[in-house]
Amino acid sequence: MTIIRFRLNGVVTEVDTDPARSLLDVLRGRLGLSGPHFGCGSGECGVCRVIVADQAITSCDAPLWSVADKEVMTIEGLGSAESPHPLQRAFIAEQALQCGYCVPGILMSAAALLMQNPKPTEVEVRAALDRNLCRCGSHNRMVRAVLSAAREMAAS
Amino acid sequence: MSASGNLPISLAANPKLASWVKFAPAGQVAISPGKVEIGQGIITALAQIAADELDVDIARIQMVRASTAGSPNEGVTSGSLSIQQSGRTIRQVCAEVRQIFLAAAADRLGVQASALEISDGTISGPGNVATSYWELASEVSLDREATPGISSKPAAQRTLADCPVQRLDIPDKVFARRRFIHDVTLPGMLHGRVLRPDKSGAKLAALDESAARALPGLIAIVQDGSFAGVVCETEHAAEVALAALRRGATWTADDALPDENDLPAFLKAQPVESTIIATKTAVDVGRVVRTIRRQYCRPYIAHASIAPSCAVAQWIDGRVHVWTHSQGVYLLRADLALVLKLPVEAITVEHMEGAGCYGHNAADDVALDAVLLARMADGRPVRVQWSRADELTHGPFGAAMAIEIEADLDAQGEIVNWHHAIWSNGHAARPGRAPQPALLAATELANPYPRMISSNPPQVNGGGADRNSIPLYDFPQWTIESHRLLTMPIRTSALRTLGAQGNVFAIESFLDDVASERGEDPVAFRLRHLSDERAKEVIKAAARRANWRPERRAGIGHGAGFARYKNAGAYCAAIAEVEGDEDVRVRKLWIAIDVGEAINPDGVANQIEGGAIQATSWVLKERVRFDSERITSNSWTDYPILRFSEVPKVEVEVIQRPEIDPVGAGEAAHGPVTAAIANAVFDCLGVRVRKLPMTRDNLIAAMDLTG
Repeated sequence: MTIIRFRLNGVVTEVDTDPARSLLDVLRGRLGLSGPHFGCGSGECGVCRVIVADQAITSCDAPLWSVADKEVMTIEGLGSAESPHPLQRAFIAEQALQCGYCVPGILMSAAALLMQNPKPTEVEVRAALDRNLCRCGSHNRMVRAVLSAAREMAAS
Repeated sequence: MSASGNLPISLAANPKLASWVKFAPAGQVAISPGKVEIGQGIITALAQIAADELDVDIARIQMVRASTAGSPNEGVTSGSLSIQQSGRTIRQVCAEVRQIFLAAAADRLGVQASALEISDGTISGPGNVATSYWELASEVSLDREATPGISSKPAAQRTLADCPVQRLDIPDKVFARRRFIHDVTLPGMLHGRVLRPDKSGAKLAALDESAARALPGLIAIVQDGSFAGVVCETEHAAEVALAALRRGATWTADDALPDENDLPAFLKAQPVESTIIATKTAVDVGRVVRTIRRQYCRPYIAHASIAPSCAVAQWIDGRVHVWTHSQGVYLLRADLALVLKLPVEAITVEHMEGAGCYGHNAADDVALDAVLLARMADGRPVRVQWSRADELTHGPFGAAMAIEIEADLDAQGEIVNWHHAIWSNGHAARPGRAPQPALLAATELANPYPRMISSNPPQVNGGGADRNSIPLYDFPQWTIESHRLLTMPIRTSALRTLGAQGNVFAIESFLDDVASERGEDPVAFRLRHLSDERAKEVIKAAARRANWRPERRAGIGHGAGFARYKNAGAYCAAIAEVEGDEDVRVRKLWIAIDVGEAINPDGVANQIEGGAIQATSWVLKERVRFDSERITSNSWTDYPILRFSEVPKVEVEVIQRPEIDPVGAGEAAHGPVTAAIANAVFDCLGVRVRKLPMTRDNLIAAMDLTG
């Protein structure tokens, strides 16, 4: 067992466990979060994406040790009903989902994109979300929502 | 005719008003449908209907999740029937409840009911007298049967229904509140995993448990015949224990799978049950001068839900409680009772939302898994989740189909006789409808049930393999036949549209072929053969949106497709624009949809967009892969679906018809979009691809055939 320390949604967090365990397993298990979802376990679908050092990574195949001393943000840290992130507001305004299981990962990919590129084009948004899968076919609404959130953030 | 003759089907089956509506003391209204949310937005549409009919703010409506503990039994949430069955029922129930409360308010306030009005649940009349649903609730019993023939509000008076109301479940999902079954935690909850073979139908010959037994956090190893699984304190421990158990397992291979590259040969060589679905004859159709015959094929298609199936079960004193994302809580309960040899009263099945559901996936299977594992958990709840690989290989698939159409043409090149034949496994093997269970683990137990061979619902319920096989066009003669396989090496059951996607693909491709040979515009050709005005209207609307027929450009093609889902549901027409060379890319889809009254027009548009994109994914990419002994498409790499950069633009026109009873939208787009893409590929490349999916290999094969 090893103690791994990182900041989770702004809070210093220590976990004493096998550092080879996946970040998703620790987030959902020991740390009790439900935002990052399990979808495939091999980094292919993106429902488990979280932001580590401004990049949206798949947490199901990231070992815990890889986030030592880093800042990890999950959808729980993105915003809340009381204080929503513009992306969350835009997803509601555009009704940009059907089942919503993929949404936490997609929001994190979109949030990472907007950190790096505040004024993305539609093609850039699609490229940034290309490694997130959505099975219900809500892609176009999600792209519209991301572009609308980007406009809102640029205007404020 | 019985008094219930005029009641909507769900209400006739569950006539007590109180089973649908209750007024909660805190100014809320609990609406309790038997249908469930599967990502389609149904609970919002039902809440709109209820709020509108009762004249209450939609924020007061609490939608109760279906449970065998008290919900009306509405069978299964499938077939685009929820608006039709649940929606009509809730509208009628709420209309009657409103009348009952108006009468009670009239009594209490001493005024005529006709002088009263209701605003957000407050019932008021002349001279500032007022009461409310909640004040009256303790005096008014809804424990009475619905009255047939109650009229609901006229369309013009609806203020919520027929409007684009925001979905009630979306905020929870955007803010990651615990709404999915996957995110449920119960006190003392354990985690289970089930061991499944790589090879199809393999039996567990031996199981060395010693390595798994030695692991920390292990609560139980469960084995019954070829069914084996672990129960552990944590999910991580369960994964580790499952891996150890897998290393200790010896399997005997069993089923031989067909040749994935020649599905028609396999399908046509099996023993079948043949049914004539429909015939139409004419006295004199003139001389046949030419006969055209074409064969179409669609592969097995996976549900490929974005989440692996999941369930939680807890045994207390010989009774079991199950939390599930099944489409039918009562039907699942019936199958669990068969397997467990328990009366249904000992089993409670409660719905919780899962990821998008497109038909009979592994939701019911994992529920039995959880029940079997939880039996060894000493009263603690056990959560079981499938792996991605199991989800893509062990759940039921949409059935492969071979379809042959033969048409006789007269001297003018008009179709005078039409023959449509289908070879396919059945498209339904749902739980709860047969004397034997349809659940996977039931086939694995030491005393196993046989795998249920899929059957087809009858045409009056929309048919199965034969869904949408009867032409909507006015050909003078036809014969439609369906050959249902009596063997089932690959497990099939209901996937969105059942056989309709394959049949519409075949019919609409064939028509396009004939129109093209005649040198006739394919849209005009269709309109000329239709007499139903709503059918013509959707085709014209889609064509208008697409500026039909767009100017020809190199490398770009356009095609049309049309169907009325189940020949009795929603009308849908699609125009596709594709770009093609070695691969096909779909650039844009223009779609017109007519569901009658669109309760939530944005919800309808969302379903149609989603259906169109999913259909595009099926057409361009999807096929379940297998070799002679195992399903090999067990990851997203081996079972690719459409990605953000590949998704077409989708423009939807909802034709609103408030005066016409509503039907569902969830499955209307798949057939027309499939056909429109196929026809656009022909327009673009001059090649008829009759074998799905339209991958590079199948394009090249089709070109070779053309050349």
